[in-house]
Amino acid sequence: MPNHLFRIGNGAGFSGDRIDAPIPVVRTLIAKGGPAALFFEVLAERTIALAQLEKLRDPEAGYEPMLERLLTPILADCAAHRIPILGNFGAANPKAAARAVARLALRIGLGELRIAIVSGDDVQGKIALEAAEVIESDASIAADPAAMISANAYLGAAPLAAALARGADIVIAGRVADPALALAPLIAHFGWSATDWQRLAAGVTAGHLLECGAQVTGGVFYDPGFKDIPDPANIGFPIAEIDEAGGLVITKAEETGGLVDLRTVKEQLLYEVHDPSAYITPDVVLDISEVRLKQVGPDRVSVSGMRGRPAPEQLKVTACYRAGFLGEGEISLAGPNALARARLAGEVLKERINRRGLPVRARVDLIGVASVLDDDAGTLARAYAGPEPEDIRVRLAVAGEEHDAVEQAVREVLAMLCCGPAGTSGARLRTVPRIATRSLLVPREMVPTEVALHRASELAS
Amino acid sequence: MSAGRLTVLLHDVAHARAGDKGNRLNISLIPYDPALYPVLAEQVTEARVLSLFRHRGATRVTRYELPAIPAFNFVIDDVLEGGVNSSLNLDGHGKSHSFRLLGLSVEVPANLAPAGVQVRRPGAPRP
Repeated sequence: MPNHLFRIGNGAGFSGDRIDAPIPVVRTLIAKGGPAALFFEVLAERTIALAQLEKLRDPEAGYEPMLERLLTPILADCAAHRIPILGNFGAANPKAAARAVARLALRIGLGELRIAIVSGDDVQGKIALEAAEVIESDASIAADPAAMISANAYLGAAPLAAALARGADIVIAGRVADPALALAPLIAHFGWSATDWQRLAAGVTAGHLLECGAQVTGGVFYDPGFKDIPDPANIGFPIAEIDEAGGLVITKAEETGGLVDLRTVKEQLLYEVHDPSAYITPDVVLDISEVRLKQVGPDRVSVSGMRGRPAPEQLKVTACYRAGFLGEGEISLAGPNALARARLAGEVLKERINRRGLPVRARVDLIGVASVLDDDAGTLARAYAGPEPEDIRVRLAVAGEEHDAVEQAVREVLAMLCCGPAGTSGARLRTVPRIATRSLLVPREMVPTEVALHRASELAS
Repeated sequence: MSAGRLTVLLHDVAHARAGDKGNRLNISLIPYDPALYPVLAEQVTEARVLSLFRHRGATRVTRYELPAIPAFNFVIDDVLEGGVNSSLNLDGHGKSHSFRLLGLSVEVPANLAPAGVQVRRPGAPRP
């Protein structure tokens, strides 16, 4: 392949992604031989708040819990072949993540590894968010400011690119706009200007298509008999090839399953997009409304026609708040008359919660009849007129402000083992804290960023 | 059913993916055969999609058209029972809803229907 191409591989699309996925990506980047980078996207909207809660419990926690497992098989190869790694795996504690990477590096003889820490995204207590424009907010957010767990700005590619320009082998960030993780190495490699909207649009498109890992290579796509893919247990993660002018081809790791074709790219192109002419990122406003896709080889799709408009003046900040608790409990009913027994079990559960006067909001699902597509009132389950199901899971979900009330409501599911309809069995319960979010806009200049670069040997000591 | 046309499920002729942001869901709808794009444009209207999700509290559907791909992007407001942070649903993100959309029936010209597909299957939602 010509050397004017830059390759970007993706190693994870969310926290909880397959930990063996990066290995074939790195192998492919090395085999191709040209300049390349690898990025990990592991921060969903609320992940950083959960990480912040971990950090409050343990000052050395609060970063991606799978970080070492993800990096151990690839770090030495990436360092040896000068493939920089970028990730938002710092979550709420990039410094602790950097120390963990440093310890790993020392264990495998990479004391010279250059580790960059990007900070500035954490704006909690630094910006008066009360005055900021709210663009989206959960209704459940308490007025109490003490309920705030975290507030992070979505940083753009600039500090990440600066870290690479200074020679970082690995760049550890907290909250950044997901596509910035792919755009940054392109800016660093090609020297694209921060106002070259057209090229930035190409880089952000690459990032958008890659940031969810296997979602562009056959993941959440395969539908037997309609959209079959090879070897779904071994879907390969994606790789983008970008040239200096912003030409873009999406492909994937070699000798893996899955596929890259027009259908997989179309589905991911529109994933989590609202107005296709205005996909807002901190680096550029992307217009994909006239994107052209072309299959240019096996597992190779070229993407062109995206356009960029100037980046917004403001950055998005997401603030996370404590928002009570969610409780869930399930029981099973099977065999003849299961549907009637399941319906009655649901009614009994709701009545028990009412009788005890527990301050919770409750919902019952009949899994196997109607659940995920249904509403809280069970409209679809009530209207169900299909064949009699023989194996039904009754699910109670409750939410409330008080942990004890939620737990007591859920324990009514357990009580059904002796007080429920005939044949009730298989109870499972859990109660978890809930987090609510509010998104705001703040002026960009209120979010200064910083890049610190260290050798692993300094950090680990 | 008019002459030369077959009633099929959207799932027979198109694919889809859902993604959430707050209490809003987007669902892409992509015909396998680009020739079906105008047929779907006529039949998979904002009003019809809204009726599919009305029981969930959906208040508005906006359909964006991308004829170059070709694909549609439906943005459905207030459909996620408050969104993933407040919903009591097992699927707080609403990603399974792409298949509720694909359960919709459409009439397509017989020559554009996939081979072997003759009649809509039972058990599909009937908006």
